[in-house]
Amino acid sequence: MKTIRIGCGAGYSGDRIEPAVELAEKGGVRYLVFECLAERTIAIAQQARMKDPASGYDALLEARMEACLPACRKNGVRIITNMGAANPMAGTEKIREIATRLGIRGLKIAAVTGDDVLELVREENPVIAETAGRISGLGERLVSANAYLGAAPVAEALHNGADVVVTGRVADPSLFLAPLMVEFGWRDDEWDLLGQGTVLGHLLECAGQVTGGYFADPGYKDVPGLARLGFPIAEVREDGVFVVTKVPGSGGRVTLAACKEQLLYELHDPSSYITPDVVADFTGVRMEETGRDCIRVTGGRGKPRTDSLKVSVGYADGWIGEGQISYGGPGAVARGRLALEIVRERLKLTGAQVDEIRYDLIGVDSLRGERPPAGHDPCEVRARVAGRTKIRAEAVRIGNEVETLYTNGPAGGAGVWKSTREVIAMVSTLIPRARVRPAISYEAVE
Amino acid sequence: MKLREIAHARSGDKGDTANISVIARAPADYAHLEQHVTAGRVKAHFAGIVRGDVVRYELPGIGALNFVLHEALGGGVTRTLALDLHGKSLGSAILEMDVPDR
Repeated sequence: MKTIRIGCGAGYSGDRIEPAVELAEKGGVRYLVFECLAERTIAIAQQARMKDPASGYDALLEARMEACLPACRKNGVRIITNMGAANPMAGTEKIREIATRLGIRGLKIAAVTGDDVLELVREENPVIAETAGRISGLGERLVSANAYLGAAPVAEALHNGADVVVTGRVADPSLFLAPLMVEFGWRDDEWDLLGQGTVLGHLLECAGQVTGGYFADPGYKDVPGLARLGFPIAEVREDGVFVVTKVPGSGGRVTLAACKEQLLYELHDPSSYITPDVVADFTGVRMEETGRDCIRVTGGRGKPRTDSLKVSVGYADGWIGEGQISYGGPGAVARGRLALEIVRERLKLTGAQVDEIRYDLIGVDSLRGERPPAGHDPCEVRARVAGRTKIRAEAVRIGNEVETLYTNGPAGGAGVWKSTREVIAMVSTLIPRARVRPAISYEAVE
Repeated sequence: MKLREIAHARSGDKGDTANISVIARAPADYAHLEQHVTAGRVKAHFAGIVRGDVVRYELPGIGALNFVLHEALGGGVTRTLALDLHGKSLGSAILEMDVPDR
């Protein structure tokens, strides 16, 4: 039975670069997928593109491609990535330039576009899932709207011989499903195969999270070699059964426990994982350890895809101002609490215009909120104040008030850090699938 | 005993919704998890942050429970004021829960 090997070379935009080079050099993979596009990244990229039409693709695209292209070229590894972000065409142009500089010839690069549906969303004015309001309610604050495209346009680009496929918003698992459809001739209505391929994509899309990253818990779940964590490889048979593994000798471990955790990562109803390609059903998935760092996965199924596509909508949502300060030694918690009380009173006294505010004591209650006392005080705490404002100047005041605690607050206030950032918030909506038209364009390095 | 002794967990986010998987370390302990780690107990455990419903899904095939916590992330990663934008620490925090000895 035919098998192919697919690797995941990045699980987020800032991910490590060397593990991808390792996969290209030693992984025996035919495809290397780089998943680099978080929900909000595309809205921020869209803002960058509005300022400079040649920008809007991933900030690390150049570094990743420079590092990986030579080995990929040498070993016949095809690249699939959503590093095109808000501007896949500019991304492909940059890759063409890098390939030329590196002396790589005969490279075919495809850009998948059509995910940008800002105009369409303005026109259709659909309901926002999270707020039940209409898109028009966002008015001038609307920044971006990108539909989640499926595997089809990526598969078409591969079918037409692309060595590198650069996309904007494509559903993460679809980036992995596309090469399976091409290699094995899976039809786009073979729901169980599409479901199983989606399980594969879901397991691999966060790269190191399935090979021992985001997993270690010393004494309970030990993982060796996290500083040189190997990224995952799936060896897939044409019936969809696959084994998750990694390059021998790389750091990390591929275990049943880590694969189970990743299967359920960011999952809601396991019987209905909705992607643009299929409604995948994870409830029948079974995993089995077939060797060291080898987990065999079977049982993913699927149901027909939905008639609509999810659209991620970015909008400007004001500013967040933040300040932090540390306290140590006996009474650190009490001084930290006093610090927070002082800032609360100061913001009130000075009439700061803050819509929502939060006071945390890092080391005590910042992660889970109010807790019963632990019985013993931590030896250091960090007071943190974060508030949302409509205008930048008001956000700046929050960090400044924390800073004044140096000379006006409790004893021993240390290490102030403050920041002000613009908020690009994301909501989602649905639009009819038929209204979205993916497009592909090709560039060649002669 | 603490849940940590018989289970491991991982949390993830989608918008303002967090999910936490709770997975039996040994397959034989799955029934114990199913009996004692209920949606209600998880909601109470995270009373400091969860404003919406908690829904539990069962995956006996891999010995796991999946909890979906609605309105749990202060508006979601893109606009929350929380330090832990994604609720990534919730998977560790759930392991503090007390469960009866088996």
